[in-house]
Amino acid sequence: MKRARIAWAGAVHDAVEADGQLELLTPAFKGRRVGFDDVVWLPPLAPMPAHRPRTVLALGLNYADHAKELAFNAPEEPLAFLKGEASLTGHRGYTVRPAGVDFMHYECELAVVIGREARRVSKADALDHVAGYTVANDYAIRDYLENWYRPNLKVKNRDTCTPIGPWLVDAADVPDPMNLALRTTVNGVVTQQSHTRDMIFDVPTLIEYFSAFMTLYPGDLILTGTPDGVVDCRPGDVIVTEIEGIGALVNTISAQG
Amino acid sequence: MTPPTLPFLPDGTVYGTLLNFRREAALWVERAVEAPYKGAPRAPVLYIKTANTFSAAGATIALPMSAPEVDVGASVGLVMGNFKDYWPNPIAEWPQAAINSGVHERLSGVAGCVLLNDLSLPHASYYRPPVKYRNLDGFLGVGARVRPLAAIGDLAALALTVRINGQLRQTVELATLVRDAVTLLAEVNAFMTLRPGDILMLGTDCLDDGTRPRARVGDRIEIAAPGFEPLVNMLVEEWSADGPPPGARAPSGGSEDTAVPSVGVLSS
Repeated sequence: MKRARIAWAGAVHDAVEADGQLELLTPAFKGRRVGFDDVVWLPPLAPMPAHRPRTVLALGLNYADHAKELAFNAPEEPLAFLKGEASLTGHRGYTVRPAGVDFMHYECELAVVIGREARRVSKADALDHVAGYTVANDYAIRDYLENWYRPNLKVKNRDTCTPIGPWLVDAADVPDPMNLALRTTVNGVVTQQSHTRDMIFDVPTLIEYFSAFMTLYPGDLILTGTPDGVVDCRPGDVIVTEIEGIGALVNTISAQG
Repeated sequence: MTPPTLPFLPDGTVYGTLLNFRREAALWVERAVEAPYKGAPRAPVLYIKTANTFSAAGATIALPMSAPEVDVGASVGLVMGNFKDYWPNPIAEWPQAAINSGVHERLSGVAGCVLLNDLSLPHASYYRPPVKYRNLDGFLGVGARVRPLAAIGDLAALALTVRINGQLRQTVELATLVRDAVTLLAEVNAFMTLRPGDILMLGTDCLDDGTRPRARVGDRIEIAAPGFEPLVNMLVEEWSADGPPPGARAPSGGSEDTAVPSVGVLSS
């Protein structure tokens, strides 16, 4: 099942994909279908319960080729940083490029959505704790990079800078998350092309690693890192980050103001 | 009197700030120009304390067996939003005028302040975000109440005390911030919007030698400031899946029931 969260006709709805349309799950409109172009796409994530803001873990350098691209040796343990939920935005959204910067790039990433509380989970059991998968585009503004608690939040946690979606694809429909082709296009030209099998730390390893010291809750996210092939994005550019069987996430760069 | 309510816990993202006290900033001046930093930080140095770290006031905090000691970071967090969301009946305790006062126009959008006990495993490098040092389960003690900003008066005059087992270990003077609350909030909000419920910590100070007060299993940490209920957290040994560690005892000589080191357990 491919699940979406959308705004339509004055309200927010959960929906599922049905024959190239969105079928609403809202009781009042149950079974009604609306077109992809007739809705506003929100991040495909349910709101979090009280006192449990969403944990958003992101991996730096989790593809050997990207590590090389950034002049790093492959890490010995996952290099992770954290993001706030406020930077998330939906499919077909706009991401703001600040005025006066020289290098802003997308990062196409397989995003893991936790479905069941995970504490000290073994690699063998890790995928039982996954609700599903979606696509994230973890933009970075490299002009702001500093070597203090790197990558610093000014690079990685800006408003509008983490598009995610369009679908949350049930884990049951993704038999092997480590066997998915992944690519990014900028204005229709392929700029990034890789495969989740090239991750340094695969999804089960990441869940085992994090859950050893931090409990992951349903709705928490792990953005699993990006391969090489990042290029500068200018206002007006249309960036499509796509993962096989998961979805094609469309985002447009907007100038500031 | 307002009837007691459950201790406050954050609903939003909690952002921590590093190197925001002059004492620590001064100690880093020489190292900052060397690799891997290659220059003093320009923007505020921030990190995130995730939901799994939240420990209610009074809760015990379990230290993993691999971590005999923790650094204690006493801080004040600016809680974004409408103060009424954090205190069901504010009039009983603070005059309405104090809550809506225009004194803090430059901190508009801030509901109030909360004491925080930001624990981390000691680490020397500030280069990579040390998620495994800062984001362990239970590693953020959260004050029981949000205090309205206007009732605090001048934030810069606030001093926090850190006591471990009753002994004064540190006094944290908000007068010595590198970026005061107004400046820090403005610089952070310039690139990311803090939403109602989010919390921005003003920073944690170090001692004269650059370290932070250390605490270990069995220690009682108390962070206090005028006008705030003291924030107390007791450190206990983590239980393995097989049960309590050998020699596990109640933290304050109480019954076995009170020794359960669950992060969610509240004391009265």
